[in-house]
Amino acid sequence: MIVPLEHVLILSTILFLLGLVCVLVRRNLIMILIGIEIMLNAVGLLLVGASAFWQQIDGQVMVIFLMAMTSAEVSISLAMVVYLNRRKGTVDVRAFDEMRG
Amino acid sequence: MATWMFYILGAITVVATLLAITQRNPVHAVIYLVNSFFALALLFFLLGAPLVAAWEVIIYAGAIMVLFLFIIMMLEIAPGVEADRYGPNWLQWLPILLLAAALGICTLLLTGLDPVGSNGVPHWYASPRDFGYALFKEYALAIEVVSFQLLFAAVGAFYVGRPERKSKSPAGGDR
Repeated sequence: MIVPLEHVLILSTILFLLGLVCVLVRRNLIMILIGIEIMLNAVGLLLVGASAFWQQIDGQVMVIFLMAMTSAEVSISLAMVVYLNRRKGTVDVRAFDEMRG
Repeated sequence: MATWMFYILGAITVVATLLAITQRNPVHAVIYLVNSFFALALLFFLLGAPLVAAWEVIIYAGAIMVLFLFIIMMLEIAPGVEADRYGPNWLQWLPILLLAAALGICTLLLTGLDPVGSNGVPHWYASPRDFGYALFKEYALAIEVVSFQLLFAAVGAFYVGRPERKSKSPAGGDR
């Protein structure tokens, strides 16, 4: 382990908070998805750091599952962005704050 | 040296992410985010996960971010005010060029690092062989579940993104 685990934790927390701020503040659907990506990457960094700290390989395996989950999430959500843009002609989330029916 | 490089790469990651989430133009945000993911991949390498580092570059920076770029180009989101002039706006390019240069220097320095640390203590890292054994022996069922998940995601994306049905289309006519 080249650095203490606390420093990996701090870096991961900063990245997670940046992603969370991006999700909460931005109103563009694409930017919200980018914020989710940042948060998932912060979790991946935390998993790899924990894997290096305990010298177990399981954390890295979890990162692979995280990447697979991210791929599935991104493909579905980007298809949904295309669908919503086709319906309302915008990617501003304020246009989608009402349910139909 | 690896310890210092961790902090430098961490700073590059945080700065690139901070610039990414403050951009008005989504394309610029994606470019900064690719830089951030490259720095993160080097961090994974430093923390003893070379295979995860490779996948970070291939899957995140290579596949997912390019998918984002495709969707942004497809949607034709109205861009901000672009200067009507020839040539790139160098002031706008400066942050990403600086970050990319720092990242390139770190990569070049990193090629001098070997798994055995400078003080002679072997630095733990997961070789692809160990990784493959752990993945396909202990997590074989999870691999099956993940493959089903990806299949369902593909089917779901295809369903959500299907073209608009015409009012009276024949039963077998959906593309």
